[in-house]
Amino acid sequence: MAEQTTQIAHPLEPFLRKTTIPHIWCPGCGDGTILNSFVTALKELEVNLDKIAVISGIGCIGRIAGYTNTDSFHTTHGRPIPFAVGVKLANPELNVIVISGDGDLFAIGGNHFIHAARRNIGIKVICSNNFNYGMTGGQQGPTTPLASRTATTPFGNIEHPFNLVHLAAASGAVYVARWTTLHVRRMTESIKKAIQKEGFSFIEIVSPCPEIYGKASKIGTAMDFMNWFKKASVIQNFSDPAQAEITAEKIPVGEFVDVEKPTFEKLLREMTAQAQGKVTGGA
Amino acid sequence: MRLEVRIAGFGGQGIIRAGLIVAMAASLYEDKNAVQTQSYGPESRGGSCRSEVVISDDEIDFPKVTDPDILVVMSQAAYTRYAGTLKSGGTLILDPDMIPQQQTMHDKRIYKVPATKMAEELGKTIIANVIMLGALTSITRIVDAEAMKKAILSNIPKGTEKLNLDAFEKGYEYGKKVLEESNA
Amino acid sequence: MSEKNKAILTGRHFFSGDLACAEGALAAGCRFFGGYPITPATEIAERMARRLPQVGGTYIQMEDEIASIAAVIGASYAGLKAMTATSGPGFSLMQENIGLAVMTEAPCVIVNVMRGGPSTGQPTMAGQQDVMQAKWGSHGDYEIIALTPSTVQEAFDLTIEAFNYAEAYRVPVMIMMDAIVGHMWERVTIPPADQIKIVNRKKPQVPREKYAPFKPDEDLVPPMAVFGDGYHFHATGLTHDEEGRPRTESIKTQQTLVQRLCDKIRKNADKIIQIRETMLDDAEIAVVAYGIEARAAWSAVRKARNAGIKAGLLRLITLWPFPEKQVAEVAKKVKTIVVPEMNYGQLVREVERAAKTTPVTFLSKLGEEPHKPEEILEAIKGGKH
Repeated sequence: MAEQTTQIAHPLEPFLRKTTIPHIWCPGCGDGTILNSFVTALKELEVNLDKIAVISGIGCIGRIAGYTNTDSFHTTHGRPIPFAVGVKLANPELNVIVISGDGDLFAIGGNHFIHAARRNIGIKVICSNNFNYGMTGGQQGPTTPLASRTATTPFGNIEHPFNLVHLAAASGAVYVARWTTLHVRRMTESIKKAIQKEGFSFIEIVSPCPEIYGKASKIGTAMDFMNWFKKASVIQNFSDPAQAEITAEKIPVGEFVDVEKPTFEKLLREMTAQAQGKVTGGA
Repeated sequence: MRLEVRIAGFGGQGIIRAGLIVAMAASLYEDKNAVQTQSYGPESRGGSCRSEVVISDDEIDFPKVTDPDILVVMSQAAYTRYAGTLKSGGTLILDPDMIPQQQTMHDKRIYKVPATKMAEELGKTIIANVIMLGALTSITRIVDAEAMKKAILSNIPKGTEKLNLDAFEKGYEYGKKVLEESNA
Repeated sequence: MSEKNKAILTGRHFFSGDLACAEGALAAGCRFFGGYPITPATEIAERMARRLPQVGGTYIQMEDEIASIAAVIGASYAGLKAMTATSGPGFSLMQENIGLAVMTEAPCVIVNVMRGGPSTGQPTMAGQQDVMQAKWGSHGDYEIIALTPSTVQEAFDLTIEAFNYAEAYRVPVMIMMDAIVGHMWERVTIPPADQIKIVNRKKPQVPREKYAPFKPDEDLVPPMAVFGDGYHFHATGLTHDEEGRPRTESIKTQQTLVQRLCDKIRKNADKIIQIRETMLDDAEIAVVAYGIEARAAWSAVRKARNAGIKAGLLRLITLWPFPEKQVAEVAKKVKTIVVPEMNYGQLVREVERAAKTTPVTFLSKLGEEPHKPEEILEAIKGGKH
């Protein structure tokens, strides 16, 4: 059967850094879906890849910066947002996208998230929320549901989780959306919207972690996660983010915030123009 | 020759700024070498506060004051703490209304300048430091009055030039008067 | 005024060490400052907040010092000369990402206006208690460059040099300035722009497909592309190969990378290290000092000479890489060495190591005041046998 084969390039190949692939993610993990959705958004938008910078933190999804064929930086744990702020302010022409996990962005990096949102700095933050610290073996994190079992909550989680879309909205983000990895097309559309939007944008992607969290929590396989997402997801566009808590029964998804507000970069530009007329002398 | 000046009081009296003005006058407007160092506590207002200036024709090695030739004190606490550090034969300028308890010191030249009261008369207590600088200038002649005025002008907010120069003149004249009285 | 003229205030000024440091940064081409208020370094941030917008640069007050240094590294990767300024507690918070700057070879300048520690310690009082932390504060093996000014003029000059070293060696450079120098006011002369030597990072000379972001030249320093220039390169805090790809299980990659990160500084140490020798030619006793203590030591040495004692001063401007060879050479010539520091025994250990058999007397001072020249003089006399 050995017939002549023709090598056909994958349509998304130009967007991926081939030399770093295969990726490290487990079978059934949602991070690959997020990567696919992200590069699809880049392709569909026909953006100039030279002007995209992908910044990630530590955790499974943190490796995504290495897989995208753009300028990219894989920071220390929790610090992709302040690094991205430095990049964005140094060169506001760049479209700076942070892709990281729930632990990285909302536990160790939580302070950076709320302040970047408050300042409305035009970076885009995509969070892969898999409800636990997958890479280190499934410990409890800031989004782990109450009572859920993890490696560090053997008797059940006694901490209340963050409702990330509520947190982002309250902190001042101008665009806030949540989807699950089941909602591939809607996720892609939201990423496209965020990339084009001025100001601090946040997208939460509820993502399966079958190998680690799925086992500890007894949610089960990747298919079980998908069935849960399918059954529990309710599209509630522009509903109150405060009411959008994720429970076993219900995952409110959709766009929650889409407003306009002057960005930090715009206000900085105006202030700089004003200040350039004045020079402080010495002494 | 190395000349050491210590100015002390509490935070909010413009002590640090006063030392800075003296050092700047000597350094930028008289071409001497000068350095100002400072010490202050965590309080923005009311804590003990000290400003030190070394003026020299030579390059200054150690910038801190160890053996002051001139001491200006504007609070009781500063007086109690520093009066004894003034070198024998040194010049002590103090604000008598701020320092009710004083000792007799025979080996020092003492000049009393009621800068705070004079500042109140000008309607601005915060100007007491500039009055003190005026008196310091006429009593010690460590820097020329013109240099001192230039340094004052480059250290104050716009619109307060007249107030500050008036305060300086007032202090300068008062200093001249007490100097003449003590020489008489 | 052109932007360059606005950035370089040529002329004579009366500045504090903090202000001189800010102006030095601007003169060196610094166009990004990310910081967080902290005594006694706040004046640097305040000056930058006022001055950077005037020259088209960016000042941002971040949410903490961790964020400050992270933003500085980001700005550096986006092509700007960037700096932050802090004091002990903030310096401690920065250590994590100082390691990241070392690992990803991000040129940047970190000013530590040193106050008294440990912990919150004495915020308004000076110290020299962070000089070992400058070298050893982050985890893993690494080398950085640390400079220490003794005068306000030097605070200006050395900040320019700090940026030059950072750009030349792609390394974080620290200005370790005790709070006395930081808050001390002296005359500063800022030269005309064309008399200020500026070094800029090497840019890649190869097309994008051939660019390996961590492939060093002969000087062990890789050329650096800038985000947005089309190189599509990747950097990571993980152990990485010359392409920037994570190599977390390769022993060889770890060895090659860590050795190069250290060797690019160690092998260039002679080019980097700056010291000043005063009256050492015929000296029998040497004082080794830095920062404000060097001014006290200078006075003490003058007094000793007046008293007929052959004393000299070795002033360290570069603290790291430690001037080991230079101290060893002085140690060979003299009978004894005196080391005054505003801490409880830090750099003296390095001096002892370099001095080998020459006896070293350590003078400790804690809490604001440096040693009085007389105290150092006493130690000089004590060492004269």
